[in-house]
Amino acid sequence: MSAPDGIPIRLERAGKTFDDGTRALEPTDLTIEAGETLVFLGPSGCGKTTTLRIVAGLDQPDAGGRVWFGSDDVTEVPIERRNVGMVFQSYALFPNMSVADNVAYGLKVRRVDEAERRGRVAQMLEMMHITELAHRRIDQLSGGQRQRVALARAIAPRPRVLLLDEPLTALDAKLRETLRVEIDRLLRSLAITTVYVTHDQAEAMALGDRIAVMQKGRIAQIGTPREIYQRPSSAFVAGFIGAMNHVSVRADNGYLIGSGTRIPWHGSAPGGQIMFRPEDVSIHDGSVSPAVMEGRILSAFFLGDHTRLSVDLGAGDPITVRTEARCSFAAGDAVRLSLPAERILWPEA
Amino acid sequence: MTRRRHSGWFWAQLAFTLLVCAFLIVPVGMSMLAGVTKNYFIGIQSGVTLEWVVKVWTDYRHTIFLSIKIALACLACTLLIGVPAAYVLARTQNAFTRTIEELLVMPIAVPGLATALALIVTYGTFGGFRRSWLFILVGHVLFTLPFMVRSVLAVLSSIDLRTLEEGARSLGASFSQRFFGIVLPNCRSGIVAGSLMVVTLSLGEFNMTLLLHTPLTQTLPVGLADTYASLRLEVGSAYTLIFFVIIIPLLIALQWASTPRAAQRPPSDDADFDVRSPPQPAQPSHRAAPAHVRS
Ligand SMILES: Nc1ncnc2c1ncn2[C@@H]1O[C@H](COP(=O)(O)OP(=O)(O)OP(=O)(O)O)[C@@H](O)[C@H]1O
Ligand SMILES: [Mg+2]
Repeated sequence: MSAPDGIPIRLERAGKTFDDGTRALEPTDLTIEAGETLVFLGPSGCGKTTTLRIVAGLDQPDAGGRVWFGSDDVTEVPIERRNVGMVFQSYALFPNMSVADNVAYGLKVRRVDEAERRGRVAQMLEMMHITELAHRRIDQLSGGQRQRVALARAIAPRPRVLLLDEPLTALDAKLRETLRVEIDRLLRSLAITTVYVTHDQAEAMALGDRIAVMQKGRIAQIGTPREIYQRPSSAFVAGFIGAMNHVSVRADNGYLIGSGTRIPWHGSAPGGQIMFRPEDVSIHDGSVSPAVMEGRILSAFFLGDHTRLSVDLGAGDPITVRTEARCSFAAGDAVRLSLPAERILWPEA
Repeated sequence: MTRRRHSGWFWAQLAFTLLVCAFLIVPVGMSMLAGVTKNYFIGIQSGVTLEWVVKVWTDYRHTIFLSIKIALACLACTLLIGVPAAYVLARTQNAFTRTIEELLVMPIAVPGLATALALIVTYGTFGGFRRSWLFILVGHVLFTLPFMVRSVLAVLSSIDLRTLEEGARSLGASFSQRFFGIVLPNCRSGIVAGSLMVVTLSLGEFNMTLLLHTPLTQTLPVGLADTYASLRLEVGSAYTLIFFVIIIPLLIALQWASTPRAAQRPPSDDADFDVRSPPQPAQPSHRAAPAHVRS
């Protein structure tokens, strides 16, 4: 069996067109580093599962596409012989077997001898905190417990690559949070190459070493969570990760002018719209630099450590402002805002 | 604890149910009783005897053995053909497999006599085959196969077979490993139900067998018709009695095999995860001391 630490994965012009003509994935080049966790993030139907299935070997890329595991071309190798661990959204646990037998299955089919198998199963169950469930049937488990079993089963044979397709989607928010932390710890300790599919941006930010944001069968942007958040390459990416404000402006004589907006600006203005994060705007504190935006508060939500304001600038969509200022706000109040010029983003798409 | 009061409606329903049961069961009982009566026309007061049973056993036991042999062979054939067929039908969903599914009812819809005639017209000239029990077997397999396929198919379409198999594949299982380790165990209830159907249908099959049999390949139902037609009523009834004695334990055994049992669970040292609670102590009876302590 190969070393448990991961191998790099490379997709080379890998695309997928289904029999009915659906182009689920445009030909894509992508490298996933050894030991890295790459998260595919995107809305429903954007091709995340399709890409994962190509990496897994459950689907073949269209002619011309190649899949590499390290220096092996595995394009023609079926999943049985790729040595990958997979966790399905529906868990796909075997209902005819106990929890322990499920976890042991991958070792059994690889003909790992009995003694080692037992040891490894016990270790996996312990790692996922499900030792006391070992002899239960699958239909006697809760959703969260099933997910732990699915994870234990996938990693028991020490795969070269771990693939997870929305493993937490079927769980409630609280459980999702707990399991996310556990999966994070697990992935760090395994240091195995991991591909994780989700449409939940919080999950993506927490788990991904890098995130690939997908849109309509394409990778719209790939980068670390920080890069994606701070330098989104398009309005789509920006809107998908975190909240983003959009304001229409025109460049005029060293200013960007818009409804209720007047921002000193000396660089080039590549578009008719600027974007900025709600936490980058602040309430103007009366200091020397002038306020750049003025509007009227539509609603104010006090959330303990911060207040979220919705501000109408007079035209266009209201903007969202996240402020930690300790004064109270009321709907209808006029408000003056400042925004550091370096936090302004220009969507390219 | 208050005792539940049953309304008049409840008693009416119970009476009706019992009446229907009696209507169905009394003739069976009467027939079995006739089989051990000395002279049916006089009645049971003429005395009880095993004479008829012994006579049937000596003269007709070969038909019983042949019927069991055919039923088991038929079961083997339908398992070997039917289960893989159901698997293929469940895995491939296209116009062709849907047509096959529709066509599966044909052997049931077409009268047994017609099927038998078709077999005789086609294969009747192959003398050795025509005279052997295998000729009857072919008819029985034709007739019972759809029941096996449908029963297994019903179970397979109720589970997410594709994902289960993909799960097994991701863990490195070859086709045969997942077919025998995942697919078959998960459609066990369908296989058992189908087997039950096939065996009972084959044992009792008369229409088709009447035409397919030869004097040397008489099955139980054909022999039964023979005795009722040509011998005393008591002999026929004794035959029925033997039929029941064979088929009822068989049905119970198959039924028993189909219910999942707790005994299959491995014993464990820590019982606290066992969701099925141990037998509760009986409710304290009226005579129990007030100081009764619940365990
Ligand atoms: N077997 C198939 N045949 C035809 N089209 C398919 C097939 N599987 C997926 N598609 C289509 O390919 C596109 C991408 O599907 P995919 O399952 O990869 O989406 P996804 O990003 O995983 O979405 P979700 O978040 O809903 O799971 C969708 O438009 C889908 O309808
Ligand atoms: Mg998906």
